[in-house]
Parts: sequence; C-alpha cells; structure tokens
Amino acid sequence: MSWGFLRDLLSGVNKYSTGIGRIWVAVVFIFRLLVYIAAAENIWKYERDEFECNIKQPGCENVCFDHFFPISHIRLWALQLIMVSTPSLLVVFHVAYRENREKHHNQKLYKSPEKIDGRLLCTYLISLILKTAFEIVFLVLFHKLYNGFEVPHLVKCDMRPCPNTVDCYISKPTEKRIFLFFLVATSCLCIVLNLSELSYLIFKYSIKCYLKRYTKKWQ
Amino acid sequence: MDWGSLQAILGGVNKHSTGIGKIWLTVLFIFRIMILVVAAERVWGDEQQDVVRNTMQPGCRNVCYDHFFPISHIRLWALQLIFVSTPALLVAMHVAYTRHEKKRRFRNGEKIDIEELKTKKLHIKGPLWWTYTISIFFRIVFEAVFMYAFYYMYDGYQMPRLVKCNAWPCPNTVDCFVSRPTEKTTFTIFMLVVSGICIMLNLAELCYLVIKICMKESRKNT
Repeated sequence: MSWGFLRDLLSGVNKYSTGIGRIWVAVVFIFRLLVYIAAAENIWKYERDEFECNIKQPGCENVCFDHFFPISHIRLWALQLIMVSTPSLLVVFHVAYRENREKHHNQKLYKSPEKIDGRLLCTYLISLILKTAFEIVFLVLFHKLYNGFEVPHLVKCDMRPCPNTVDCYISKPTEKRIFLFFLVATSCLCIVLNLSELSYLIFKYSIKCYLKRYTKKWQ
Repeated sequence: MDWGSLQAILGGVNKHSTGIGKIWLTVLFIFRIMILVVAAERVWGDEQQDVVRNTMQPGCRNVCYDHFFPISHIRLWALQLIFVSTPALLVAMHVAYTRHEKKRRFRNGEKIDIEELKTKKLHIKGPLWWTYTISIFFRIVFEAVFMYAFYYMYDGYQMPRLVKCNAWPCPNTVDCFVSRPTEKTTFTIFMLVVSGICIMLNLAELCYLVIKICMKESRKNT
C-alpha cells in the first residue's frame, strides 16, 4: 500500500490547522508514519515464518500463532494510523464545501473559507474529539488483545492439534517491545496534543463570545 | 511514502541554513540516508533467518538472536536518522511562523513586499538564531546518544563471527554464526565515521554562529 495518499491528505490538512494541529501533523508524519515504514514494518515482516514451536505436529504452529496473534501488532498499528488521520478529512470537506458555495453564489460569503469559525469550528472540534477517541480505542484494543504491551519470548500453547502443552518461541520480542513502547508513547503524545488543541480552541472562542456580548451590552 | 518525504521537508530548511548547515544536510542525504536505503538494508536483510546455530532445538535461534540483537543495527540507524533530522523542523516551523506573521501584517495593511516574502531567505538573527542554535545542540546530543547506545548494546562496533549462547531452551552452550559479519562491521564503521563527521560539522556550525553573534555585539558596542 502506498502511504503517499495519507501523506498528501495530511499535507492538505496542515493548511487549515492551528499551530498545535501542525505539530500534531509533524508528529504523525515523522514519529509514527516514517518510523512505521522505515523500521517497524521490517521487524514484523517474517513473524509467521520465524514463529517456532517445539513440536513437529503439522498444523500446531499455525493454530498457536493464530491463537496468540489474532491480529498482528503491525496491522493494528497501520489501522490506527489510518483511522486517526481520517477525521481530518471532515475539515477538508467542509472547507471545500465553503469554497464551492462561494463559487456557486459568485460572492464572498465568508471572511475567509479557511478561517476556523462558525460551523467550521464545530467540524474542527468534532474531528479533534474523533481523533482522540480513535487513539484511545486502539490503545485499549492493544492492551486487551495482548495483555498489556508486553511481547513475551515464549508462549505455551495447548490448542488442538498440538498433542500437549507446547513451547512456542516468538521472534525478536525485545525489538518488538521497544517499538510498541514507541507506538504507545507517540499515541499518548498525540492524545495530549489533541486535548490541548481542543482546550485552546474552546477557551479562545469562549473568550471571543464573551467579549462580543460584553461590548454589545455596553453599546 | 519513504525517506523522500523527510528529504522534501529538510530540503526546505536548506534555504535558511548556513554554509556548514548545507554541507551537513548533503552528508546526511548522501552518506547516510542513501547508503542506508541502497546498501545497508540489503546487508542486514533477513538477518535472523541467516543466523546459523549449531543445534536443532526449536526456539534456540529465536532466543539467541533476541539476546544478542535486542534492536537491530538497521533499525537503530533509521531511528537515529529520524531523531537527528527532527530538530531541523524546529527551524522550518519558526520560519513558517515568521512568514505567517508577516503575511498577517500585510493583510492588516502594512507595506510588505509579498513576492520578496515568499522567496527571500531569512537571516539567522534574533529569535531565529536561538531556534537554530538549539536545533544544532539537540542534533549533537542525539548523535552522541545513539553512538553511545550502539557501543553499549554491541560491546563496541565490531560484528562477531560467532556468538556463544546458553539461553533456555538451548540445551547447552551453543555456537551461533552471524551472517556476513565483515560486511556488517564495514558498514557499522562507515556509519560511525559519518556520524562523527556530522558531529564535527554541527560543532563547527555552533562555534561559527556563536563567534558571529559575539563579533556583531562587539561591533555594536564600539
């Protein structure tokens, strides 16, 4: 899959973001997407071939691997990156809708179609909430599926057709653990950035509203 | 998406760098990123499969590989390159912010040449000087940290031909033969030397910036 599409999407979003939003885009590009493609993908590349059980029984390795890795870390990571980047599309669509409307009516309807105010602010806030929600959902999913973020070097498997409890060895557990830690740390950083941006926008526009009402009262 | 995107971002920073900064970027692109992608990745290829161990015990290879290579050289280099390139983004963000501010003042009616704003190189002075200097400082720190991490994890920079492993479930002390040790040692030393050169360039740039600002201040005072 070409991640170029996601890169183009995020570059487009960058234009309509606040300062904190741009930092979020930079963190997602560099510390998540680039690390995923340049390093993490290769660690999990041969995970099935390198998964070895202490038994010659045909089918045992397959069944054990499937039991302990219902969905691979790396696939969950990719899904997380896609889901977390997608709410930004809402903002892009809304800006495009505004620009289309102005073209259709052939007059200036908004101060600037890209300025975050009015309904675009609501869209932006919704996209921030969705991004944060997706991050948390995936972190919880990781935690639930893999009993924390630990990657053991050995798992004991007694699924049929394995004749008894069999030792199965996972490849590169330390390296996987390090990169999972990286994934969790960058997710948490992105959650913090999203929450800061949310608070900043709510605070900024509340003050604006309050000042408007205050000056109207005086007049 | 690949290293090309990082290259595009860093290329933008190139415009606002000093001469030494431009040399650093060239060294980074050609002697590190390109070597990593074109050569080193192939040498390390499927390294775990290529480790030959002197036992048929299932699981022994996995455990021994994990014990001796907690994080592969190639991944450490990729992380090092990412971390070392990131401080330059601080400069890119600062430049973008300065331009944004000037555009805002232009929209508010101030007389600013908008064409000049788009193409002009910003001089490294004032707050930009601090951002630039801090970014160089962090670059040096990250380079040093990763070089030390390599040294600490692999007991030096040489790739041994043979490692002796007695981690469970290996039945006793087992000989494990690493694939292409000489080639790996060569690339490790190459990357180490280029890291060293980058540190030297960053230190030189730091000294240059500090001396330049001191001379400016002394000229102002006299």
